[in-house]
Amino acid sequence: MSLLRVENATRAFGSLVAVNDVSLSVAPGKLQAVIGPNGAGKTTFFNLISGFFPPTSGKIYFDGKDVTGLAPHQRVQMGMARTFQITEIFPELTVRQNLRIPVEVAAGLRLRPWISRRMRDEIDARVVELMLQGNLEDKANRLVGELSHGDQRATEIMMALALKPRLLLLDEPTAGMGDQETYDITRLIRKLHREQSLAIVLIEHDMRVIFHLADRIMVLTEGRVLADGTPDEIAADERVQAAYLGESH
Amino acid sequence: MKGPGQRSTNALVVLILATMPFWMQYVGGYTELATQVLVMALAAMSLNFLLGFTGTLSFGHAAYFGLGGYGVAMIIKYIAPSTPLGILVGVAVGTIAAMVIGALIIKLRGVYFAMVTIAFGQVFFFIAFRWNSVTGGDDGLTNWKRQALDLGFTRVELLDHALTFYYFVLLIFLLAAACMALILRSPFGRTLLAIRENERKARFLGIPVEHHLWLSFVISCAFCSLAGTLYALLNNFIDPRALYWGQSGNFVIMAVLGGMRSFWGPLVGAAIFVVLQDFISSRTENWMSFVGLFFVLIVLFFPRGVLGMIRRRSSQ
Ligand SMILES: Nc1ncnc2c1ncn2[C@@H]1O[C@H](COP(=O)(O)OP(=O)(O)O)[C@@H](O)[C@H]1O
Ligand SMILES: [Mg+2]
Repeated sequence: MSLLRVENATRAFGSLVAVNDVSLSVAPGKLQAVIGPNGAGKTTFFNLISGFFPPTSGKIYFDGKDVTGLAPHQRVQMGMARTFQITEIFPELTVRQNLRIPVEVAAGLRLRPWISRRMRDEIDARVVELMLQGNLEDKANRLVGELSHGDQRATEIMMALALKPRLLLLDEPTAGMGDQETYDITRLIRKLHREQSLAIVLIEHDMRVIFHLADRIMVLTEGRVLADGTPDEIAADERVQAAYLGESH
Repeated sequence: MKGPGQRSTNALVVLILATMPFWMQYVGGYTELATQVLVMALAAMSLNFLLGFTGTLSFGHAAYFGLGGYGVAMIIKYIAPSTPLGILVGVAVGTIAAMVIGALIIKLRGVYFAMVTIAFGQVFFFIAFRWNSVTGGDDGLTNWKRQALDLGFTRVELLDHALTFYYFVLLIFLLAAACMALILRSPFGRTLLAIRENERKARFLGIPVEHHLWLSFVISCAFCSLAGTLYALLNNFIDPRALYWGQSGNFVIMAVLGGMRSFWGPLVGAAIFVVLQDFISSRTENWMSFVGLFFVLIVLFFPRGVLGMIRRRSSQ
């Protein structure tokens, strides 16, 4: 059974149809890439999946349940987490504080006006574990706003992981990064995907990253699905070459 | 927010407050003025729970302050001569009003939220102003007095013992402050910080933002109504000015003056405000314009407030 199923999702902004009748199905543990030129509707598609706004028409199912009308925090509760194209973090808080908030939410503590010492130790341990995974342990007490772009990205990804999701939505995690940073983030994503059998939907521009990581690739142009298949199928697809890969090479 | 110096800061604050009645006279004050500092500080700190730690500006906190005050006054005057019962009812009334109004306005943000809190505040002001037969109208509620505490084994006189009443208020103030500090340092408190820092992100980390904002508003107003009950008890009097939006403005000034990012900042702001008000208003009618000027200067030169400025100096 698929973990995420999008059925004929459409989203219009006035007369502009940003996402037009898009369907997608992601199996547990798979890495699905979404590519397409700027303005193709990729981020809008993520906003529909994560509940930032509702689709004009169409349905979203997560884990077999219709989540089309649910608020973002309810989808998070069900195991869906996302990052943003433009990094969204708490810049005035430290790395530790940034991670601690989602860890506590995931532990079901968000309404607690106090916690026991034992509980606090468990939370701290989980935060440290996340910092180690994201190579952030030596920056634990730095304000996130002062970190490099790459480390901010890593923090944002680890914040999403702190929620213990089964589906992770990553919107251009390597955008605006140098080669080294891109490499580091790519390695991190691959590691998380392999080690935690986490399903990931990844929007990405960097073709090396895509063909390196993805189980399947969906190509969007002007809000519509141009092609959807394995990396080999996509690489061989003439329409994709003509419309998209061709012009970027 | 915490830091290693937190514990010694707290100890220092307690020490200063515990001795305040004894040195207040040397800075031109008296015991009742010291009590007023505590009362206003509690109101400003409760406002700052929302402003400084949740990132939401309310310009209507006087409504809950006043409801607390009228609550305690009416209980003692009309129902039962009990100070604790009056306080409990005053806080309950303010809190229930905050629950209802909070639910109506919690979708609003920024300036819109602030404006609507003013509007709701003024509703209570006009009720108190007009409903003469119950509230005493413009003249306020007089002819009632705070009652002695009956502790079973002994009675604590509060009325003619300004010093005893000061320590009674200090005890409540410290308990309330400890409560707020604990909440702010809890997982729930950190969700408020998350909302202040980046509301959208908070949402996508699984926090139902409206629900948490509502809770924060209600908690804040509950402590503000507690301050209002103490205010009425201090003066043995309450009138519609306690509910007026100008009073809400004073709370905001105190919080910003002292430093809204620090826990004790509003206490410092309230102390400066209350003492200055007492000092200047005994010499000129236009004391508000002096406070206004002072406020503008602080905001211009010390955007982090007085305490924020001292912190920064000492950490350099
Ligand atoms: N909130 C919005 N309001 C109006 N138009 C939007 C909104 N979000 C996206 N769009 C428009 O939808 C189209 C697709 O945008 P987007 O999904 O961000 O593309 P991509 O992520 O593929 O670059 C663009 O033309 C964009 O201007
Ligand atoms: Mg985009």
